[in-house]
Amino acid sequence: MAVEWYLVLSAMLFAIGATGVLLRRSPLVVLLCLELMLNAGNLALLAFARSTGTQDGQVFALVVMVVAACEVVVGLGLIVAMFRRRVPLNVDELRGLKG
Amino acid sequence: MEEVVFFAGAIGALGGAIAVVALKNPFYSVLALVVHLVALAGLFLTLHAEFIAAAQVVVYAGAVMVLYVFVAAYVGGVEEPEWEPITGQRFLAPVLAVALFVELSIAILGTGLKAIGEEGPTVPLGFGSPEAIGTLMLERFLVAFEAASILLLIAAVGAVVLAARKREEEAASVGG
Repeated sequence: MAVEWYLVLSAMLFAIGATGVLLRRSPLVVLLCLELMLNAGNLALLAFARSTGTQDGQVFALVVMVVAACEVVVGLGLIVAMFRRRVPLNVDELRGLKG
Repeated sequence: MEEVVFFAGAIGALGGAIAVVALKNPFYSVLALVVHLVALAGLFLTLHAEFIAAAQVVVYAGAVMVLYVFVAAYVGGVEEPEWEPITGQRFLAPVLAVALFVELSIAILGTGLKAIGEEGPTVPLGFGSPEAIGTLMLERFLVAFEAASILLLIAAVGAVVLAARKREEEAASVGG
C-alpha cells in the first residue's frame, strides 16, 4: 500500500477526534477524543518511518504513547477529583482556572 | 493481501473513532476506543512496526483502557446539557472538522515528496522488532528515553496528589 493511503486515513482520524473535542461536553469523552488525535499522529509517524525505511519514527511513536499515558493519568485524576468535590463534569462550566 | 488487511483495519479504526464521538454513554465510548486501538494495531503491523503494535495492544488497549473503564464506572453517565454556548455548535463542529480534513488532504496529496505514492523501500529482517527499537532507544535516543521515564514518574506522583483525599476533608466527613 502506498504511504499516502495511511496519511489520508490518519488525517481522517484526526478530524474525527477534533470533532469530538469540539462537540462533546463530558471531560471523559474529550480525553477519549484526544487519544484519537494522538493515535492519528502515531499512524502518520509510522507511515513516514516505513516510507523512509528508518526506525526513528517508531521511537517517536513510542514517546507519543508515553506522553499519552501521562496525559490519561493526570486527566483521569482530575476527573475523579472533580467528581469528589461535586464540581459539574462539563467542560463549558470549567472555564476558570481558580478553584 | 496487504490491501485486504489495510482496508479491514481502516474500516475498524474509522468505525471505532466515529462510535467514540457519536455514542451517548461514555462507557460505550471507551469500548469503541478499544476497537479503534486494536484495529490500529493491525495497521501498525502492515507498516512493519511489530513492537509498536504489541505495545499498543498491551499498554493502550490493555492497561490505559482499564483505567478509563474504572473511571467511567466510578463517575457514571454524565448528563450532557442541551444548551449551546456558541449558537449552532452542533453543526459548526462537523463542518470545521471536514474543512480540517480537506485541508490536511490537500497538504498531504499536494506535497512535493516523491516517495509519497510508493510503498517505501524493502525493509531488512528485524525492522521494528523489540531488539532494534531497544537498541535505538538506549543508544541514539537515550535522552528522550530518560525524559520519558521522568515524565512518567512525575505523572504518577501528580495522579496520587490529585486523587488523594485531603486529611481535613476526611476528618470532616468522619466527624460530620
